[in-house]
Amino acid sequence: MMFETILFFAFSAVLVGAALGVVLARNPVYSALLLVVCFFNSAVIWLMLDAEFLGIVLVLVYVGAVMVLFLFVVMMLDVNLEELRKGLAGYWPIAAAVAGLMVFAILNVVITKRLGGIALHAAPPLPPGYSNTQALGEALFTRYAYPAQLAAVILLVASIAAIVLTLRHRTGVKPQNVGEQVRVSAKDRVRLVKMPSEKRP
Amino acid sequence: MITLTEVLTLSGLLFSIAVAGVFLNRKNVILLLMCIELMLLAVNFNFVAFSRFLGDINGQIFVFFILTVAAAEAAIGLAILVVLFRERRSIDVEDLDSLQG
Repeated sequence: MMFETILFFAFSAVLVGAALGVVLARNPVYSALLLVVCFFNSAVIWLMLDAEFLGIVLVLVYVGAVMVLFLFVVMMLDVNLEELRKGLAGYWPIAAAVAGLMVFAILNVVITKRLGGIALHAAPPLPPGYSNTQALGEALFTRYAYPAQLAAVILLVASIAAIVLTLRHRTGVKPQNVGEQVRVSAKDRVRLVKMPSEKRP
Repeated sequence: MITLTEVLTLSGLLFSIAVAGVFLNRKNVILLLMCIELMLLAVNFNFVAFSRFLGDINGQIFVFFILTVAAAEAAIGLAILVVLFRERRSIDVEDLDSLQG
């Protein structure tokens, strides 16, 4: 049992350090890569909390898709970093103050007040033969079948919106329109004109 | 054994770091989106921890939906960012109001 606690603290330390790196890194590429580290450590901690399916999904969806998207955008845009950093150095006291206040408030609730008296020291033991994926699937496809469909629609709308937003119509170029070329018939192009021939003078 | 207090403390620390990041990177839209992802991760930590310690699977279902919405939000946010960069050649938040109309 002691070993698990040591593992938890080790991964938590790496997680908090990587989160600080995301916030403080000078280069957005480093921020994105450190966020990947954050997601990996979170997935490990979720595995330790017996949420195996969500841990795997976090690695697959976030590290595999969302962070790759972030890295693509960061590397595609040629951003002037000095321009963005100008005038932000003076903001660290207010940032530290707000963050410290939030940490104080959360620790006050969690540690001092002990969550209003709910004593949850040990997790309830899992029943034998328990499968996290099976339990999640049973809930998702019975009670939450309608919200799951709704989530699918949200993803569809988001992907269409992303495509429509970034679709570029260039003006001034003359592309080939195959459809119009196929549709055209001879009588639209050639006009036969009947006229009397010229008389020889 | 991991206790609930430890997980909630960790998630509180993560959320506060992300809030500090919003202040520190006030101009860079990419870093603002990353800070939002960090905040959502901290919230998901709370859901997973409470789901485990109360023995209720519904919390993990909620994490599932949060992940869905966060992925959609990241996709649309990055698309808007690309449009902003094409129009203005910068990703400053102060230029975002020039995209209207």
